[in-house]
Amino acid sequence: MSARRGLTVGETLRKHGVTRRGFVKFCTATVTAMALPPWLGAAMAAQLSSGQRPSVVYLSFQECTGCFESFIRSFSPTIESLIFDVISLDYDDTLMAASGDASESALATAMKEHFGEYILIVDGSIPTGASGACCTAGGRSAEDSLREAAKGARVILAVGTCSSFGGIPFADPNPTNAWPVSAIVGDKPIINVSGCPPIPEVITGTLLQYVTTGRIPDLDEHGRPLAFFGNSIHDRCYRRPFYDAGQFAKTFDDEGARNGWCLYELGCKGPTTYNACATLKWNGGTSFPIESGHGCLGCSEPNFWDKGSFYAAQSTAEWGRAGESSRKPLAEFAGAAIAAGAVLGAASAGTGRLRQHKHEKE
Amino acid sequence: MDLLSFARGPALKIAMGVFFVGVFWRIVSFMLLRIRREYSRPRASLLRYVSIGLFATASRSWPHPQFIKRTGAGEALGYSYHMGLFAIILAYGPHIAFLGGLLGFTWPGLPSSVITGIAVVTATLFAGVLYRRVTSPVMRMISNFDDYFTWFITMLVLLTGLATSAHLGARYETLLAIHILSVDALLIWFPFGKLMHAFYIMPSRALNGAILARKGAAT
Repeated sequence: MSARRGLTVGETLRKHGVTRRGFVKFCTATVTAMALPPWLGAAMAAQLSSGQRPSVVYLSFQECTGCFESFIRSFSPTIESLIFDVISLDYDDTLMAASGDASESALATAMKEHFGEYILIVDGSIPTGASGACCTAGGRSAEDSLREAAKGARVILAVGTCSSFGGIPFADPNPTNAWPVSAIVGDKPIINVSGCPPIPEVITGTLLQYVTTGRIPDLDEHGRPLAFFGNSIHDRCYRRPFYDAGQFAKTFDDEGARNGWCLYELGCKGPTTYNACATLKWNGGTSFPIESGHGCLGCSEPNFWDKGSFYAAQSTAEWGRAGESSRKPLAEFAGAAIAAGAVLGAASAGTGRLRQHKHEKE
Repeated sequence: MDLLSFARGPALKIAMGVFFVGVFWRIVSFMLLRIRREYSRPRASLLRYVSIGLFATASRSWPHPQFIKRTGAGEALGYSYHMGLFAIILAYGPHIAFLGGLLGFTWPGLPSSVITGIAVVTATLFAGVLYRRVTSPVMRMISNFDDYFTWFITMLVLLTGLATSAHLGARYETLLAIHILSVDALLIWFPFGKLMHAFYIMPSRALNGAILARKGAAT
């Protein structure tokens, strides 16, 4: 994979017949798409034309490969243009043809030759339970592999909610004692690209932004690029006018649902979820879950799996078990509290009467 | 556990526990109070003074013609913001979802923009209520901590709700958590302050009306 690293990105693009005008247009369009300051267009052009393709190491730990499946379905930039023209993907055990010792040796070589320079992409949470036995590759635990790879990394991209925040493995009761990358590695810059999975263009866009500008993008409080995670899905949702008009679908097949009304009452987590689903959308801009008639699950937010039912409105009480009606537990609770209040009231009135009686006797 | 989960989970549970225990403690102790024995002859039949008592709940909810010029504006202000509060609580979509989740049934609501308008008017009227209280010498003299704190906590719920629906000042989840926490605080304060008038006002009007009717002084 590293045989093509001798050429700069600019040389590679020229080889593919990309003109100077086309190249500048590409840089401008990329900067605009990522909502970056205009001056970064020139910086990007300079960096791309003179810089060599950076080495990228992609490690997968406790995950479902959904994030990787998403990554390879990027429309703009496409995965092939990314790995052939912009980066040098030196290790990825899912994509690479090599296996066994050959693949492990490719990893060791990449980490040695580009120590301090390579970009480390991590996909999946890191289980630390059972001495790391829950996830091993090449005889090493995920934690050991991550610690070793992180030493020589220039920056780490935690791709997916599992590597960013722990994700589903981290959810209660967290049987494998799984952790996000940030809990294991504390001395390297980490960019979290959360989502279950993340939007393909958000993964490749963040990677491209770092490669082309050489800068860590502006991040939100969860370490996610603001360019993609700066707005809530609710604020950018095409169904927002229905929320403002108080028109809510009550079930998934009622008239409101058919008319495309707001899915807030059906549990949509759009108001508390920050991601680019409503703007970039999925499958090359085809649609996103809300457009397909289902509320947002909030998969790009920390602990999304433990935040109650996916089908309970954001304003509802968390009463009883997730997904179950709160009526019965509330009725039981209210009944007990009312009985306790009545007993307290009777006792208080009784003591008052006794006091009055005593006073009258005196 | 994040702030929102805390606000609508354990904090809400504690608040509702205090609310139910407190309200029923006060209602039951009030009902079991020893009523002073009346030694005078009843001036009306039992049926008459009970019905006059019930009528008093309505007649005393309207300004007396003799005092309407003096008290009419204050009562109009009071009724207006109470109606505003009821509309906000009962006709706003997310509130209907909240109540529906607890009660098991929902009802149609009003457009959010209408509710926002009502909330702004209600908050303004509510500010007017405080102005009246602090500028009127008599009102100021009969007001205590309970009056001001009850006003503050109700206004807090109203303003945090407005900020939440308009997404003003912070992220939605933070605003929603603060709004629910302010509701939790209101529920905890409810049984111990002037908010208990919600349960006391009608029975006390009925009782006063009935007692006066028994004495032959029905109004």
